[in-house]
Amino acid sequence: MSGTDDVEIPEVDYVSGSGVPIRGNDIDTDQIIPARFMKVVTFDGLGEFAFFDLRFDEDDDQKDHPFNEERFQDSSVMVVNSNFGCGSSREHAPQALMRWGIDAIIGESFAEIFAGNCLALGIPTVTADNETIQALQDWVDENPDGELEIDVETETVSYGSETIDVTVDDAQRKALVDGVWDTTALMKSNAGAVRDTARELPYVESEAIPEAE
Amino acid sequence: MSEGTLYDKVWDRHKVTTLPTGQDQLFVGLHLIHEVTSPQAFGMLRERDLEVAYPELTHATVDHIIPTADQSRPYDEDAAEEMMSELEENVREAGIEFSDPNSGDQGIVHVVGPEQGLTQPGKTIVCGDSHTSTHGAFGALAFGIGTSQIRDVLATGTLAFEKQKVRKIEVEGELGDGVEAKDVILEIIRRLGTEGGVGYVYEYAGSAIEDLGMEGRMSICNMSIEGGARAGYVNPDETTYEWLEETDYFQENPEKFEELKPYWESIRSDDDAEYDDVVTIDADELEPVVTWGTTPGQGIGITEPIPEPESLPADKQDTARRAQEHMRVEPGETMEGYNIDVAFLGSCTNARLPDLRRAARIVEGREVHDDVRALVVPGSQRVQKTAEEEGLKEIFEEAGFEWRNAGCSMCLGMNEDQLEGDEACASSSNRNFVGRQGSKDGRTVLMNPRMVAAAAITGEVTDVRELPEAEVTAQ
Repeated sequence: MSGTDDVEIPEVDYVSGSGVPIRGNDIDTDQIIPARFMKVVTFDGLGEFAFFDLRFDEDDDQKDHPFNEERFQDSSVMVVNSNFGCGSSREHAPQALMRWGIDAIIGESFAEIFAGNCLALGIPTVTADNETIQALQDWVDENPDGELEIDVETETVSYGSETIDVTVDDAQRKALVDGVWDTTALMKSNAGAVRDTARELPYVESEAIPEAE
Repeated sequence: MSEGTLYDKVWDRHKVTTLPTGQDQLFVGLHLIHEVTSPQAFGMLRERDLEVAYPELTHATVDHIIPTADQSRPYDEDAAEEMMSELEENVREAGIEFSDPNSGDQGIVHVVGPEQGLTQPGKTIVCGDSHTSTHGAFGALAFGIGTSQIRDVLATGTLAFEKQKVRKIEVEGELGDGVEAKDVILEIIRRLGTEGGVGYVYEYAGSAIEDLGMEGRMSICNMSIEGGARAGYVNPDETTYEWLEETDYFQENPEKFEELKPYWESIRSDDDAEYDDVVTIDADELEPVVTWGTTPGQGIGITEPIPEPESLPADKQDTARRAQEHMRVEPGETMEGYNIDVAFLGSCTNARLPDLRRAARIVEGREVHDDVRALVVPGSQRVQKTAEEEGLKEIFEEAGFEWRNAGCSMCLGMNEDQLEGDEACASSSNRNFVGRQGSKDGRTVLMNPRMVAAAAITGEVTDVRELPEAEVTAQ
């Protein structure tokens, strides 16, 4: 039972693509993927439900939302404001965005669980201040086909003639750049040390600790 | 020399190693799972030909999708039945204990863990649910995770995690009549903001916290995440130990209680521990808090006016304007008198026995307003059973409440219990996000359970402290 060795984990040191601005603070994961679409046992097919209630009215007619606009249909870099992804821990949220076509998110700030879920999918969540983000959102609005280049390693984003400094959390940067963002195999290789840690904890009963493989 | 906070000590005891990313690999002492966020993780294990590493430290229940009216199988809704079947299959295959509806132990995962004694001080506890912070009330380090992380925990018994800062929130003084733990946490989130806790773990301390029972402490820790803090905790004390002693685990293993108590004592924050930030709140000043907007941070005291968006910090103004439009509230007015269509008493925040008892005292001898649909959804089958034995079910039903079976229910509208159209709901739950309760035009006003009971009676947001003599309508 050592199946994890065959899981290929790509390095994500650079992401490029056109942008899509999603404006507003405190956009919670219930907005990103309403709970009724989570009555599924796989993540397949969630893409079409991303931001569903913001995109469609009760008659399923389209509302104004960047994800509905023709010019943003090929976008892969989302530009958001502060506390994006707050609320429920549902990984269905980044899964839906990823399946819609999002490869990276630039924002003022991210809720922690959301950012952790994005990392587990190899999606960078990079940050910059309010002014920088607003300028970037405006540029993306005016240049829907314009290319954004996110260099995760050097923590910069280039667009048009600009190159701006962004922040990538240290552990996230290392995990993405070195291709260790999928941690299952890595942590499984420490199984012996895990058992040692468990044995030292007074509340863990010895029967609960598995035999060495 | 100080060994630091509870957070530092529990972290150190559970740290396996530092990973190449700089994250620590942490051992997980209790992994709680439910039907919504775990099936995909089990699917990933199968894809990778991996097994569950620590099934005995894993415990399952069903809460999000379970109907609270007719629970006969198969469930009316195919999707719900499929999710339940999948969970049953997964726990059977892996040998994971399952508090299923036939066990009499089923309930909301954050009610079940504490009542069975699975939740203990000094454990690391994770679950694919952001309200896992609830378990911090016992001095555990508990936080919500996503599905890929569930895969990691299932496969390895560990999690890759970065250490955070600790903010101590001291709530000193005494809570006034009608003011509850829920009001304390709504006030904290209102003051520190919905993202004020990002990067922090909250340690709740001070005389007002120490005076709370375990249920109140759970209500506070539960909503840490609404303030951006992934975890919150209270240092264990005699109140904690009294609760633990009564639970199944320690009733069955009384020797464990004495054996573990020194560990629990040892992980308490040292008196001279250093904190990255300290915030003090005067408990005596608090009044019942209700939300006027669409984030849990948009709250006000029941006698206070709804803020003018222009009076808020620049980055909060747009959100406030949109929230006021959605909620149809006017700045300058109070929330008192805001019309209510639905009253929901439930959720992992406020559906434990004392919550229902307090609300029942408000409801007793009164009638639910004609225009209000009111429901009580106990947090677990055990809460339900005890409440029924105590006569609470009768009190609620006589007043016109529906008495349901245990589950998450209308907190997030994943089962049949949902708001319709633009209904306004007085809710003892934790999130007032647009669409949260199942209707995108629905309007949620968060409040404590007694305030929900009062709103159910009057049909409008009501200061419960004003109610006792005002509205008695029946014997």
